[in-house]
Amino acid sequence: MTPELEWSDHYLSQYARHEHERRGDSPDWLRKLRRSGIDGFVEHGFPTTRDEEWRFTNVAPIAATTFAPAWDLDTISEPKPDLLESFGLPDSKGPRLVFVGGRFVPALSHGLVSDGGIHVTDLTGAFKATPDIIEKYLGQSVRSNLNAFSALNTAFVHDGAFIYVPAHRVIEETIHLVFVGTGYDQARMAHPRVLVVAEQNSQVRVIETYVSPSGASSLTNAVTEVVLGQNAVVDHYKVQQEDLKGFHIGEMYVQLDRGSNFSSHSITLGGLVARNDVMARLGGEGGSCTLNGLYLADGHRLVDNHTTIDHAEPHCESHEIYKGILSGFARGVFNGKIIVRLDAQKTDAKQTNKALLLSDNAQINTKPQLEIFADDVKCTHGATIGQLDDEALFYLRARGISQQDATSLLIHAFARDIIDRVSVDELRVYLHNQIVEQLPKTLVSEARPAEGDSNKEGS
Amino acid sequence: MLEIENLHAQVADNEILRGVNLTVKSGEVHAIMGPNGSGKSTLAGVLAGRDAYTVTSGHVRYDNQDLLEMEPEARARAGIFLAFQYPVEIPGVNNAYFLKASLNEIRKHRGEPELDAFEFMTLAREKVKLLEMDASLLERQVNEGFSGGEKKRNEIFQMAVLEPKLAILDETDSGLDIDALKIVANGVNAMRSPERAIIIVTHYQRLLNYIVPDYVHVLSAGCVVRSGGKDLALELEEKGYRWTEENV
Repeated sequence: MTPELEWSDHYLSQYARHEHERRGDSPDWLRKLRRSGIDGFVEHGFPTTRDEEWRFTNVAPIAATTFAPAWDLDTISEPKPDLLESFGLPDSKGPRLVFVGGRFVPALSHGLVSDGGIHVTDLTGAFKATPDIIEKYLGQSVRSNLNAFSALNTAFVHDGAFIYVPAHRVIEETIHLVFVGTGYDQARMAHPRVLVVAEQNSQVRVIETYVSPSGASSLTNAVTEVVLGQNAVVDHYKVQQEDLKGFHIGEMYVQLDRGSNFSSHSITLGGLVARNDVMARLGGEGGSCTLNGLYLADGHRLVDNHTTIDHAEPHCESHEIYKGILSGFARGVFNGKIIVRLDAQKTDAKQTNKALLLSDNAQINTKPQLEIFADDVKCTHGATIGQLDDEALFYLRARGISQQDATSLLIHAFARDIIDRVSVDELRVYLHNQIVEQLPKTLVSEARPAEGDSNKEGS
Repeated sequence: MLEIENLHAQVADNEILRGVNLTVKSGEVHAIMGPNGSGKSTLAGVLAGRDAYTVTSGHVRYDNQDLLEMEPEARARAGIFLAFQYPVEIPGVNNAYFLKASLNEIRKHRGEPELDAFEFMTLAREKVKLLEMDASLLERQVNEGFSGGEKKRNEIFQMAVLEPKLAILDETDSGLDIDALKIVANGVNAMRSPERAIIIVTHYQRLLNYIVPDYVHVLSAGCVVRSGGKDLALELEEKGYRWTEENV
């Protein structure tokens, strides 16, 4: 049996089992959607490094691992009440939905809303309560851009979060979605799904946090879909701090209508291999899209950020800043694609990517990718890769600050620019503290040669 | 306080200091003058611990310690302050935060309690007036977007807050207009005390009209070629550096 057949057998049998378990509470359209997911996944298969979009990120270890479903665990239906406390997550005061192993846990959640207008609820509940809205939006933006991982997520789509803001409504409080692994006994996977629909002139702010205690290898394969109606405003934060044995694949699909405003802040601090894809389509005049990102990686970790901003209509603007801090043998990948279609005149797009390499063995592969078909546009991009400024380091030391503190201070200063853009106070303070805590680890991370590192190419 | 004995130092393979001897006692103000390339800034850098320089021979004793064995931060904590010729811009680091961290490292070393944010700001606001600077500077990023003159004033402001035992002013006068020069000089003069020594490294005599030194040394090709009182600076101004070279 070839390895390829092994993994497709595994996922096909897991899919069949999941369908059987869910046969009672899945409407036909949902079964069809999942069917399209598993078909798409089998058709695509896991990408290899021959695939341009995955050149620097080898997912062979994911394909080679037999991940059991995390949602089978008994511990998930009744998690310890203090499960979240050890993570010290920020309390953003608004509604909080907690998912363990991909399953919604009402006992740890609070502030759900389902008042006939606004919905802040779990997806499974929404299948029954608001099937029409879910059917209309779920999977719509994924369909045109399906890849192996979003297809796999779709094959198992069942649990997750659903946020619906009707026209002219504003959700003042920040909604916090927390996805927790439980420190698994064996390799396990979860496929959480988030659907955010903000109708015209509405406004909402959402944080997605991914955490897990240490345990066996895990795969979190998350898909978030965000749909913005005319003049809607959505502020999105993603904080990923999973266990350092974990694989994290996160895909976000964003559709912006006329005059809408979307901003994303993606902070990656965890995972052995972390890949974030953001695909935003500016599908109406005057839309504005901001994508900010910050990642820290040490040891042999890999963080890959792929973004695509598709300017399909005129007079839209996009701003993008990604910053990475890499030490040890860590590797970073940034690929920023900006498409400006023929009709998208007066586009204003700006992209910046900066990486700080703290060791000789850390690597970054960065690639801006501009595809411009309109002729009256403003597009700029810049990438810088550098080390810490020796002169600044000496200046701080000459004022009595230790080498280690001076180094931390300068790295923090580099990261600050992104964190300061976070508008949720509790989250901003939390992130500053996390960066400070994580820095000494980053700096002292053991520099030893990689053994059997299959991710070597493309340096 | 400071004894420099037969100090030799080089950058890459290029010997810059070729046997400098200098003794500085508490309460004294020494001016080190010399033409470009004479080794003035190298001497300041070696004393502060800049690692671009390699000391090949000689000794420097500071307060009965072997200065050359100390890390830059240890020197600063022990009371050495270098006012940079080119102060560094550090975006993302707040001026007040940086200076408070610096002061508290030095206070810890002296066995004094650390200052909290309120105590520090009270002190900083008082010192900032001395340099006739706007207190809003404290909330800015270290030297970022400062004019040349503001950067130099900021150095002396830091010195006023940190109260070093030995201050080394590396071409603090360069790039200052006459008004700024007077303000900087007033700030330095206010800090003259029997417990503190100051070394002023300068190319021109101009600053020494306002900060009158006890001793003047002329550095040429990496050696002190002439030492004297404050009048030596005036003589130099009149006759030029060629005169010292001819009279070695």
